[in-house]
Amino acid sequence: MSKLKVAVFKFSSCDGCQLQFLNLEEELLQLTEVVDFALFYEARSSVEPGPYDISFVEGSISTPHEVELINNVRRESKIVVAIGACATSGGIQALRNWANLDEFKSYVYPRPEWIEVLKNAEPPSKFIKVDYEIRGCPVSKEQLLSFILQYMRGKIPTLPVSPLCIECKVAGNVCVLVVSGTPCLGPITMGGCGAICPSYGRGCYGCYGPAVDPQAPAMNRLFKELDLKPKDIQLLFKQFVNWAKGFKEVVEEYE
Amino acid sequence: MSKIIRVDYLSRVEGEGNLYLEIENDRLTRVEVGIFEAPRFFESFLRNRKYSEVPDITARICGICPIAYIMSSSRAIEKVLDIEVDEHISKLRRIIYLGEWIESHLLHMLMLHAPDFLNYESVLEIAKVNPEIVKRGLRLKSWGNEVMKVIGGRSVHPVSCRVGGFYRVIRKDELNHLIKHVDEMKEHAKQILEWVLNLPIPDFKSDFEYVSLRGDKEYPILYGKVVSNKGLCISEDEFEENIVSEQVKYSTTLRYRMRGRGYYLVGPLARYNNNYDLLKPEVRDVVEAHGHSSTLHNSFQSIIARAAETYHAVLELEELLKNYGEPLKPYVEGVVKGGVGSAITEAPRGILYHRYELNEKGYVVNANIIPPTAQNLAHIEYDLLLLGDELVRRDVKDAQHLAELTIRNYDPCISCSTHFIKIKYVRK
Repeated sequence: MSKLKVAVFKFSSCDGCQLQFLNLEEELLQLTEVVDFALFYEARSSVEPGPYDISFVEGSISTPHEVELINNVRRESKIVVAIGACATSGGIQALRNWANLDEFKSYVYPRPEWIEVLKNAEPPSKFIKVDYEIRGCPVSKEQLLSFILQYMRGKIPTLPVSPLCIECKVAGNVCVLVVSGTPCLGPITMGGCGAICPSYGRGCYGCYGPAVDPQAPAMNRLFKELDLKPKDIQLLFKQFVNWAKGFKEVVEEYE
Repeated sequence: MSKIIRVDYLSRVEGEGNLYLEIENDRLTRVEVGIFEAPRFFESFLRNRKYSEVPDITARICGICPIAYIMSSSRAIEKVLDIEVDEHISKLRRIIYLGEWIESHLLHMLMLHAPDFLNYESVLEIAKVNPEIVKRGLRLKSWGNEVMKVIGGRSVHPVSCRVGGFYRVIRKDELNHLIKHVDEMKEHAKQILEWVLNLPIPDFKSDFEYVSLRGDKEYPILYGKVVSNKGLCISEDEFEENIVSEQVKYSTTLRYRMRGRGYYLVGPLARYNNNYDLLKPEVRDVVEAHGHSSTLHNSFQSIIARAAETYHAVLELEELLKNYGEPLKPYVEGVVKGGVGSAITEAPRGILYHRYELNEKGYVVNANIIPPTAQNLAHIEYDLLLLGDELVRRDVKDAQHLAELTIRNYDPCISCSTHFIKIKYVRK
């Protein structure tokens, strides 16, 4: 069997999602027996030209140059898989989409006129067809591995689709929202992390993004009943996945 | 003879950078380490966020050293809110931070840097000729990640840390699973240090100013005075007024120097040189058995400092994990009020400075973050200039290799540095 030819691309991001490939550690060595990481700048110097069987894309598209690059990625790839909150929703840097970009530029840079960026940080799917999305900030390494293995066996890869609440029940956690009134986005957030935040005594902050049919307005009402300040409710939805449909509408309500 | 050496996409670094060297009449005349990583405007959007959100948000600057961002920001905010964490919380913070050092150092040594010394293009090639050392390295890296996962819930962007401490008490029995492997890890760390000490490291001496924290009784991570080998000794609160940011004509990146002193270097080499006496005796024994002393003056030896710190981290973790005492409360509550606070901690790549101004309701008014790689950028170019003759003598491919190796000495984390580095994207 010939090796699966894989590329890993980085756009506007923190590197954390592509790092999850390297965090596979000993499994990574085994994986490389069946997968050829043909392009992976963080891990190796040489680059094998495309086309690639799978291109994993980390990060959001936030500069004109990145628009060009993501189009190249599409042309060179059989399938494109967006990994992580930035590549599936625009990520944390999409917070600038809600602000005055010029003001943002001049707050950080003494010469803002040199900064060439798009008005919005967007997920790659805004510009190209993306075949699969793997959620999370960061993406889980187990999901990356599972995706590759399923794909190699000719299966249509599937990933968790239940809301986080289900995983929290499986973990046997006491509900932080019901019992201690801690704001938690678990009921409307896509599962996949194993309910880490509630397991560590805090509410879910929604880094896997909206669940299927998330019912965010109901969650919003509940937070109002908990007597949270409007600004703080907005901040809950305006975190790492603020630009995704499902969370975005609630953020808009408070703008 | 004139030539141009370019590397359009630096590999085996975190983030997106490039390199441009110009040689005219057998002299290196121009060195540019360019950054084309997209700016993400962290300081801008931190404004109007609640103080309690800052650690989780700044963690997203870097997936490789999130704990460094969480700790520098938490400590800066705690100074505003008059929070003093107790010894138990402090030790737990040290545990998770050491886990990050191990994970990050192993990533850099094994996967990014060592292939250079051995003329390989990736760790996979090392694995073909020396599977044992790669296996040891990966086991140890994986354990470092496991330390972060047990304390923090996950290794990339851990979730358990907060201003004032942790969201819940980490129970003693949760650490058993880490303690179980500690003897094995000590052996791995020692063998890796030995292996690194035997790498063919280029000879290169220079007289740098090394800036790091200086520990009081322990090797510095979370606290300390800011010191240098040339007599600097200031508090973290005085840091910002002691540095000057400047711009030079040939480059578009903002760079730093110490007021009245010049360019300086941060990172493992600086920490090692300023705190050698605080490394565990077992570590010093190995280093000295290979003929090295308390000071390393060669930036190519940064990999030795990283390996020494890794072995030290495992030895210290053994003590911290075995003697861990559960705090009564997972965190210390503060009084929400306005003010300004700054803090420095030692990220794997060097000192990481955060300053926050909060309003009386606890929302951020102003933020400033100075990551280690930004502080090192000027030095990276300076190193390349010092290597000028050697770069001129070599053919393009060899020169490229040496230049890339020189850059990787600093373990540059471009994702970190970029959020405030000036960028001019030149289309060619």
